[in-house]
Amino acid sequence: MRALLEWFRRLRGSLGHARSDADLQEELRTHLALASERASARGQALPDADRQARLQAGGVTQSMDALHDQRGLPWLDALRSDIAFGWRQIVRHRIASVAAVLSLGLAMGAALTAFRLVDAVLLRPLPVADPSHLFVITQSSHSADQIAEDRDDFDYPTFRRYVERAGSRAELMLLGMASRRNIIIGAGEPEPVVQQFVSGNVFSTLGLQPAAGRLLDNTDDVVPGGHPVAVISSDYWQRRFARDPAVVGRTFRVGPRLYTIVGVTSGPFTGTEPGMVTDVFVPSMMNPDALNANGWSWFRIWLRPGAGVDPGQVQAVLRAGFHGDQAERAKRFALDTPKARIDAFLAEELQLQPAASGASAAQKTFRTPLWILAALAALLVLMACTNVANLLLARAMTRKIEIALRLSIGAARRRLLQMLLVESTLLALIASAIGAAFAWWAAPFVVSMLAPPEQPVRLVLDLDWRTLLIATMLTVAVTMLFGLLPAVRASATPLLDVLKEVRGQRTHRRLTHALVAAQAAFCVFLVFGASLFLGTLERLQGRPLGFVPDHLWHLSVQSAQNRSSEAWTQLAAALRAMPRVESAAIAGWAPLTGNQWRSSVTRPGRPSPEDAPNWVSVAPGYVETMKMRLIEGRDFRPADRSPRKEHGQPAPGVAIVNESFARVYFDGATPVGQHVVVDSSQAPMEIVGLVADAVYASVRESSHPAVFIPFDNERSDATILVRTDAGAPEMAQAARRELLRLDPGLQIWSVAPFESIVTKQVIRERLLAVLSGFFATLGLVLALIGMYSVLNYAVTRERREIGLRLALGARPGHIVTMLTTRLAGVVVLGAAVGSGLGLAFGRYVHVLLFQMQPTDLSALVPPIVGLAIAGLLAVLPPALRAARTDPAQTIRTEG
Amino acid sequence: MANGDQAKTDVLQGTLDVMVLQTLESMGAQHGYAIAARLEQASGGALQLNMGTLYPALMRLEQRGLLRGAWGTTDTNRKARFYSLTAAGRRQLAADRKAWDRMSAIMHRVLSQD
Repeated sequence: MRALLEWFRRLRGSLGHARSDADLQEELRTHLALASERASARGQALPDADRQARLQAGGVTQSMDALHDQRGLPWLDALRSDIAFGWRQIVRHRIASVAAVLSLGLAMGAALTAFRLVDAVLLRPLPVADPSHLFVITQSSHSADQIAEDRDDFDYPTFRRYVERAGSRAELMLLGMASRRNIIIGAGEPEPVVQQFVSGNVFSTLGLQPAAGRLLDNTDDVVPGGHPVAVISSDYWQRRFARDPAVVGRTFRVGPRLYTIVGVTSGPFTGTEPGMVTDVFVPSMMNPDALNANGWSWFRIWLRPGAGVDPGQVQAVLRAGFHGDQAERAKRFALDTPKARIDAFLAEELQLQPAASGASAAQKTFRTPLWILAALAALLVLMACTNVANLLLARAMTRKIEIALRLSIGAARRRLLQMLLVESTLLALIASAIGAAFAWWAAPFVVSMLAPPEQPVRLVLDLDWRTLLIATMLTVAVTMLFGLLPAVRASATPLLDVLKEVRGQRTHRRLTHALVAAQAAFCVFLVFGASLFLGTLERLQGRPLGFVPDHLWHLSVQSAQNRSSEAWTQLAAALRAMPRVESAAIAGWAPLTGNQWRSSVTRPGRPSPEDAPNWVSVAPGYVETMKMRLIEGRDFRPADRSPRKEHGQPAPGVAIVNESFARVYFDGATPVGQHVVVDSSQAPMEIVGLVADAVYASVRESSHPAVFIPFDNERSDATILVRTDAGAPEMAQAARRELLRLDPGLQIWSVAPFESIVTKQVIRERLLAVLSGFFATLGLVLALIGMYSVLNYAVTRERREIGLRLALGARPGHIVTMLTTRLAGVVVLGAAVGSGLGLAFGRYVHVLLFQMQPTDLSALVPPIVGLAIAGLLAVLPPALRAARTDPAQTIRTEG
Repeated sequence: MANGDQAKTDVLQGTLDVMVLQTLESMGAQHGYAIAARLEQASGGALQLNMGTLYPALMRLEQRGLLRGAWGTTDTNRKARFYSLTAAGRRQLAADRKAWDRMSAIMHRVLSQD
């Protein structure tokens, strides 16, 4: 207690709130005077008395030292003077300091942004009880193109089977894919929310508590379609209802269904999908159509092992059942299924994946890109550190005589190290402040790039202890990286060597050049990576779509009951009659919306290719509305029918095909007027039109045969495509109102400009391209600063030699060559290493690339040209300075 | 601190505080020189404190709230800083004295065993 009080008072002493030096000195002088008085009172002569007093009592100066140590905290005093000294150093080299701090700040900001995103998307544990014991079930599987992928979406019959198999070993939860819905609260306008279906045990198993009302339990999830109740998240409660407790008992409408809000979750829980913030939770029984549908995958299966149960044990039980299911299904394969396909099917496996930080599509899409960006940002920080280290090294070299002198008059090496480290820490702190500000602004900006504006990705980006921890660790790491080396080097230079000006020069040059080479390597690597990603984006965006997405609107509509194709066409006709609408058409679905339907056809007397064509059903007016190029033949007419089975008999129909179809099935000859047979129904199909190739499910696919058939089935959902004239921004609301006026029972899932659907296709590529492009630019600037400062320092250091050479008749050009050759060699060496790294990196990320060969040497052109330009810009000012050196003057000053 | 003083200071480290507190209790408020003189006298000249030892100790005791220092005037009309005990100082002295008594009793008993 007393010791604490003493410490506190000494702290105040260090901060200047204690007795002044004058006060202390006066007390000491009084002491001496009194001692001397007493000595002379004993009869000593005055000078002797003084001497006697001083001898016994000690000198004022030494006593003051002891008092200073007691008055404050010595280490703090030392730190204070080091900070003041460091700050003076920074201010004295203003321009170099600003360059170093700014570049380091930007790099740290980039790294912080990247790590905040990585944390928010991939690492942050869900705010639920014991998240480390949560798992999601995934299953390896093969897509239609036989590409292996892990899928985590399941259908309800499977869920029921798994629940039964797990028994009491684990609690299995159903958590629906977070999806956007439009709800109508009271008599208001439709407003978008994000909804998740949940099984009744979710809230209790996740250990969540209500903030108002109650949460859902097992009794809310029994009767299909019989539990129109909902729980809203605390976040939504706050955003939409301003935490009004009267929200419990209010109702909202989703399509024809009326739900009652029974409660609000407490805490920051907003669903289980990083990237989507769930507002509304409804019981899984409220998706009644899906409960018995095999193959309708609409949720993830979450799992928490029972107390004391090993997850491996649960996995083993589920796997055994899964293998049984697979063997059963393999028996029903067609007889001519290739053996390789059956083997691949039987080799599929079920896994329990740890899901402490949630499971979402955003995680899947952005896992690799985010880690890549984080790695690139870390590289940027390294480059910036190299710059600052170079700066400090140069500064330490110019100060080495001062440092050697301090050492020789007895300064402790530890104190000297501290002095130099304090300066680095100051630089790092200022840089991290800049970095934090940058990250504060940049993180939401980057998040906005993860999705089109209509469907924003929402992330929890709170400034919490995790962010602060990352920032602190980054600052410490950076300080150590660039501060320690120069400090150790400077304080370790032996005095004699310094005075003889020998070893220091050469080792310093070696070290600096190594740093420059590293920087060149990083820079080439960054620019190379960026050019791969930029090229990918450019190629994807440059792909012809086969239709025109501008001024095209995409409406996804569901009807309460099945509608005939005539009834659907009437809706399109009504929209076409609206002002500023050029045309409108119905389709089963639009391209690039994730739907896929493949089915094989045969041209009589000819073997069919292994890959079946893509199909889609479209109503008359589709070709015109999409602005597809009709090469030959005609669009559909209202009377056209699709090939089908009627009363068990194949019934003929018509189709429009694309150029690829004509190439594959008709060797490029015109298919219009020809017939093919649909394998599944054996119905003949007459080809009435030929259109240009267009993208189907993804912009990455190569051209593939496609079949368009008339939209003539009764169905409950469809897509309406509407083309407006230029600049009709209010289409969304107007079309929605018009449709609801015609049929209030319609549910309009989404109204989106088609451009955003296209954008969404390349969103990951855009993120990688824009950010890596930004990083590469920053990297070039950093390399420029680095080369400039090294050369600039060399010119300063070798002033005398340059002056001498000029005086002896050397031409300025010769001087410049002498200075730059060494540096150029080092840079070229670094660039070569960077190119090698870049090629290896390209191979690693090839799945993220499109039509870009990582081994393509032309991708090395931008980095090398960029580095060369940066090199020229960096060399020019110091070289000019060197060439303008006045020999007489330098020799005089250096004397 | 010069090397010659080292042994002396080691001895003093723990005891100086108590001696200063005791001096002030028995003599009332005193300035630094008077405390040093008194200790020298009381120790029969064995204890010669220099300023570099005495004044940091006084400052430490003051920082711990055991002493209070204030400028005043001596009998000879000289300005000097006078130190007096605080209530906490008095309590500390009593506790220290008790500890010392017990310690010396133990030492006495241990050393007088044959």
